[in-house]
Amino acid sequence: MSILINQDTKIIVQGLTGKTGSFHTEQALAYHNTMMVAGTHPKKGGTNWNGANGETLPIFTTVAEAKEVTGADASVIYVPPAGAASAIEEAIDAEIPLIICITEGVPVLDMVRVKAKLDQSNSRLIGPNCPGVLTPEQCKIGIMPGSIFQKGSVGVVSRSGTLTYEAVFQTSQVGLGQTTAVGIGGDPVKGTEFIDMLEMFLADDETKQIIMIGEIGGSAEEEAAQFIKDEAAKGRAKPMVGFIAGRTAPPGRTMGHAGAIVSGGQGGAEDKIAAMEAAGIRVSPSPARLGTTMMDVLKG
Amino acid sequence: MNIHEYQAKAVLKSFGAPVADGVPILSLDDVQKAVDTLPGPLWVVKSQIHAGGRGKGKFVEADAGDKGGVRLAFSKDEVVEHARAMLGNHLVTAQTGAEGKQVNRLYIEDGADIETELYLSMLVDRQTGNIAVVASTEGGVDIETVAHDTPELIMNIQIDPAHGLTEAKAQEINEGLKLKGDAAADGLKLFPTLYKAFTEKDMSMLEINPLIVMENGHLRVLDAKVSFDENALFRHPDIEDLRDETEQDEKEVEAGEWDLAYIALDGTIGCMVNGAGLAMATMDIIKLYGEEPANFCDVGGGANAEKVAAAFKIIMKDPNVQGILVNIFGGIMKCDVIAEGVIQAVKETNLAVPLVVRLEGTNVEKGKEIIANSGLNVIPADDLDDAAQKIVAAVKG
Repeated sequence: MSILINQDTKIIVQGLTGKTGSFHTEQALAYHNTMMVAGTHPKKGGTNWNGANGETLPIFTTVAEAKEVTGADASVIYVPPAGAASAIEEAIDAEIPLIICITEGVPVLDMVRVKAKLDQSNSRLIGPNCPGVLTPEQCKIGIMPGSIFQKGSVGVVSRSGTLTYEAVFQTSQVGLGQTTAVGIGGDPVKGTEFIDMLEMFLADDETKQIIMIGEIGGSAEEEAAQFIKDEAAKGRAKPMVGFIAGRTAPPGRTMGHAGAIVSGGQGGAEDKIAAMEAAGIRVSPSPARLGTTMMDVLKG
Repeated sequence: MNIHEYQAKAVLKSFGAPVADGVPILSLDDVQKAVDTLPGPLWVVKSQIHAGGRGKGKFVEADAGDKGGVRLAFSKDEVVEHARAMLGNHLVTAQTGAEGKQVNRLYIEDGADIETELYLSMLVDRQTGNIAVVASTEGGVDIETVAHDTPELIMNIQIDPAHGLTEAKAQEINEGLKLKGDAAADGLKLFPTLYKAFTEKDMSMLEINPLIVMENGHLRVLDAKVSFDENALFRHPDIEDLRDETEQDEKEVEAGEWDLAYIALDGTIGCMVNGAGLAMATMDIIKLYGEEPANFCDVGGGANAEKVAAAFKIIMKDPNVQGILVNIFGGIMKCDVIAEGVIQAVKETNLAVPLVVRLEGTNVEKGKEIIANSGLNVIPADDLDDAAQKIVAAVKG
């Protein structure tokens, strides 16, 4: 098993006709024949998209139309920041179950609006500002480099794109491989937080271990740690390794003054590490030792 | 993006918030004219720098006197005297660092008779995804101290984006701040006005400390600190025009022009990384091996060779840099593009310090080949641990 996506997932691309959307759709199609089924463009409906290697996908005017014709159950968004929120809203309106927004630089207040709408819907949003989701040898949505993945047993969830790759690369190197890797995105307001993904990994039989990568700011890691602690008390636990980026980040440059008040003094790396360790998560001091730390945990 | 107090007040005033009359000045020649437009009998001369704690700050220069960065004047002559003492000198506050910040602008404001000082701020609450109003009866002091010592005196009111700041919410804030009579009537108007300004201008933080009740019973915004969401500035050219580049590190300004996320730090190892998380982790691992990073630099997802070269040159402008670590894990970015940019930059800058390059991800083999065939003195690394150890060893000699 895997979480969120598998070989049956059918994906449409919002922003397929742009340079980034095109490149990564070619990559996805080349990755174990991920089922990219269509693209959308408000003015290019009825035409075809042609990839660099002779691939062809139909373009529809709207997401609703693309979904109806293709039976897609996921959408990936590559549209520029100014239009990204509207693209997510269109996908929500079309009742796409899984929406993955790669776009970096979406205005925060646009996401406040989107999140309110999302809460009233049955759609799940991953991102924005995220690398996407990948299930090895089955399905690749987003921009993660497929070559570093290996089918295996580790579930990876991360706020940072490139640190997701580190976790994947290193778990491949030590021979564990991955079930699914999810980049939830680095923006303050996003569709999915750690807890939902951790719940899915705990419930997934094939996921035997979990790597969780957080960073400074907010309190999502502390909440996730509490969740892991509560589940462990109920007898649901899997070996976990964590990492928090930003131990050396200068205070005040990344966190707003008033933000620190609302979160009650939370947000610093040391607090997050302490919370995760208290929940039984082994926190690696080095981003280069995620894989080896997991091996240490497994050896006991 | 941060702006000055006087600019923040002008923005809030344009939405109808009650602020005092005031005039910003950039030169001593303008002081007399400014003060003549204000009625008195009390004036406030305020240093305009992007840092808090100005009132309790102290100037580096002896001729600025012992008083802080916000001074009361009871005559027009005293206004001129204060302006002369402050303008051009360096103000040290709890947020500036020991060298302080040069005061290049002053704001001369009509004084107010203060009855009560309150605290009010708005920000995006990342836990709930809503805009939150944070308010306290304890205004005019450091709010973090209040939050730490007496958290029960701080209230957090969540605003549903679908309904906005309704009259019921404004009433709730009024009650929390114990406002009565004219002040309560003012609050019913002011709080929705501030919310409107916050949302229409894409603010990321709006802090009014203090919000005051004057002796006449009315509310006034006495100080205002506003920052804006950088990602939304594309739709607010009027706000972009308020940017004061003299407040930013020169290298950070240049990085901004290239759309690079760069923050200058105090160490010796320059870093160029893709992705904010990996950039932070790269700083962390340099420290883990006993050196300090000279900067945070995220070249982002869509960098081309020119952008990489620009980042390289900006990093090299820091005289403390004794070595550079390039750490790229390409997803959106292709390693061959990075490699070409690095080679181009090394040639153009006649790089004289050690350079370690670690590449992984899309087109990694092509990238490594470009570096290997360049004939330049670049130390390749296999992984992040290897890269960090190599650059630390190279810098320590």
